[in-house]
Amino acid sequence: MLLNIKNLTVAIEGKEIIKGLNLQVNKGEVHAIMGPNGTGKSTLAAAITGREGYEVTEGEIWYKDQNIIEMDADERANLGIFLSFQYPVEIPGVSMTNFMRTAINAQREYRGLPPMPAGEFLKLMEEKKKLVDIHSKLTNRSVNEGFSGGEKKKNEIFQMALLEPTLAILDETDSGLDIDALRTVAKGVNELRSEENAFVVITHYQRLLEYIVPDFVHVMYDGKIVKSGSKNLALELEDKGYEWLKEHSLA
Amino acid sequence: MSDQTNNNILDEVTKGEYKFGFYTDIENDLAPRGLTEDTIRFISAKKEEPEWMLEFRLKAFRHWQTLEEPEWAHLHHPPIDFQDIIYFAAPKKKPQLSSLDEVDPELLDTFDKLGISLDEQKRLAGVAVDAVIDSVSVKTTFQDTLAKHGIIFCSFSEAVKNHPELVKKYMGTVVPYTDNYYAALNSAVFSDGSFCYIPKGVRSPLELSTYFRINAANTGQFERTLIVAEEGGYVSYMEGCTAPMRDENQLHAAIVEIITMDDAEVKYSTVQNWYPGDKQGKGGVYNFVTKRGLCKGNRSKISWTQVETGSSITWKYPSCVLMGDNSIGEFYSVAVTNNFQQADTGSKMIHLGKNTRSTIISKGISAGKSNNSYRGLVKIMPGAINSRNFSQCDSLLLGDQCGAHTFPYIDTRNQSSIVEHEATTSKISEDQLFYCNQRGIDTEKAIGLIVNGYAKEVLNKLPMEFAVEAQKLLSITLEGSVG
Ligand SMILES: Nc1ncnc2c1ncn2[C@@H]1O[C@H](COP(=O)(O)OP(=O)(O)OP(=O)(O)O)[C@@H](O)[C@H]1O
Ligand SMILES: [Mg+2]
Repeated sequence: MLLNIKNLTVAIEGKEIIKGLNLQVNKGEVHAIMGPNGTGKSTLAAAITGREGYEVTEGEIWYKDQNIIEMDADERANLGIFLSFQYPVEIPGVSMTNFMRTAINAQREYRGLPPMPAGEFLKLMEEKKKLVDIHSKLTNRSVNEGFSGGEKKKNEIFQMALLEPTLAILDETDSGLDIDALRTVAKGVNELRSEENAFVVITHYQRLLEYIVPDFVHVMYDGKIVKSGSKNLALELEDKGYEWLKEHSLA
Repeated sequence: MSDQTNNNILDEVTKGEYKFGFYTDIENDLAPRGLTEDTIRFISAKKEEPEWMLEFRLKAFRHWQTLEEPEWAHLHHPPIDFQDIIYFAAPKKKPQLSSLDEVDPELLDTFDKLGISLDEQKRLAGVAVDAVIDSVSVKTTFQDTLAKHGIIFCSFSEAVKNHPELVKKYMGTVVPYTDNYYAALNSAVFSDGSFCYIPKGVRSPLELSTYFRINAANTGQFERTLIVAEEGGYVSYMEGCTAPMRDENQLHAAIVEIITMDDAEVKYSTVQNWYPGDKQGKGGVYNFVTKRGLCKGNRSKISWTQVETGSSITWKYPSCVLMGDNSIGEFYSVAVTNNFQQADTGSKMIHLGKNTRSTIISKGISAGKSNNSYRGLVKIMPGAINSRNFSQCDSLLLGDQCGAHTFPYIDTRNQSSIVEHEATTSKISEDQLFYCNQRGIDTEKAIGLIVNGYAKEVLNKLPMEFAVEAQKLLSITLEGSVG
């Protein structure tokens, strides 16, 4: 098992947001997580990736056979966990090229590899730019600075393609994308999909799941996963709305 | 600069220790400790100076004795005992150096360790160096190449000997010894420094650079630099500095004067990395510097670019007096303070001529328990009609025990001129750090990356070779500043 979350409770500033959540993800799988605003989907992503201030008060997060709850965020990233941010961050004055080269070489260093030769790096950039159809105009700019909402999301997938993570969490990567961009993002994900990695896709819309077909769909409500099923669950949800779930979770 | 260089630099950065803190054991010729007229006569005699030079020094000294140390800066330090300093230290050497073979190998070794090769063959083409250790200039490279263009680039002492008419004409005209306490002190005891003269219509084919190093203990360094660019002349000039790690504070009080005639341009870049003291604030260099340029001619231009990472105290306001019509003054600064460092730095732009323009871009970065102040004056005189100034002062705070302060003074005395001032204070954002961490970049590297990005506008103004060094220094200076 790649990721095994057991009875996870997460608090922000003392307030419990995730309340005893369980999730198991195997290599080769795509899991979708849906659920109303404010139920803790991004909080879950932050807890898995080790963001400071997200306190695990109970439970365990097992990744590749180790409990990672005490591990720093950069080390988790170096172990192959990637987050496509719901709100990507701007870093003025730092070019995308510099940023990604620093990231790739940090990850290589962690694995005991020498820095990637410049030529090889540039070739890799070109290759992945094509994959996600991102323009050099963007990659030559500072990290996310002045990018449109959609461009920022594409840029997340571009970074994912460069880093080739084992576990990728996509937090509402589809929000704000036009239909063409949505297809490109999905294409990017599908091309990276393999038997060796897994995806957790957080989304509000069934539409994305038509392009990235999930093996499992989970519905989160009030800090817990209240229902899991196949991809049909997403359809059912779209049909009935979350009201239907409320009854469910109370029951 | 390419991203590759950017990256290599960040890769290279490893430990947050001061890398230049070694001491070279060489025999020194020292002045007796303390400061009296005799000290000044001793220095002047050691340097075999002409009478007029000694007179200049003595006048400055007598004036200095009437002055009090200024206290207006946002700086705190125990009183400096000016009688407990050695005002002159020279490595013992043969009096005249005609080739590198005659330079003490220990000294060559010192500069090699600092990454500065004085061997002309080995040097990258395009940079001529004047190396100053303690009180004397050790070696100036590429003098012959420059001489072919009529450019004079030599130590200040040599200039006094070989070009007395130029020194007499310009020395003290931009920074008179009456200017301030440290300027008076420097004028009395200055030991060496660089002199550069660009004749009419000549663009220097090389970047010129001076490298200052304090080596001996208990000594002060008082150097003086004078740059004159005649009509249509151009030069880019770089200055770098380091000192050994010592528990006691060392004093550095320098003067730099620049004069540009019609259509002349001088770019002056500094990477200041004097020893900043240890993590508890013990030791470090007190850096009191007066730098001023006079745009004397019409359409002339002076730009100051500085990266200040060292010194326990920095007191420094590179300024421009815009006398010629349509002349331009620029000041680009990154000042980083960590641990217990204190910096009070900024610029003065004095507009006298018509249509004069000035720009001030200041980026202060504070970490640890340090204090970082911007102090600036923009003065537009009645005759400086249609003049413009734009000032931007940004402060970045790392942590909550450091301080950032801004003291902008604006004095506009005509109606047709426009002065704009913008200021921001920000903290390094937790979002940015996490974003970097999430890509596998550790916090220390992330800070280096973010800070270099923040300072990019200024770093871009530096000559290539200097920019590389500056980026490294920014990262190193801030290591250990969080977590
Ligand atoms: N830093 C924080 N401080 C206080 N409360 C927070 C913080 N971050 C999140 N919360 C709260 O935790 C709850 C869950 O937030 P989270 O962002 O995880 O929701 P979400 O499921 O991702 O919602 P959306 O679908 O709108 O993105 C919300 O009520 C939110 O206000
Ligand atoms: Mg969210």
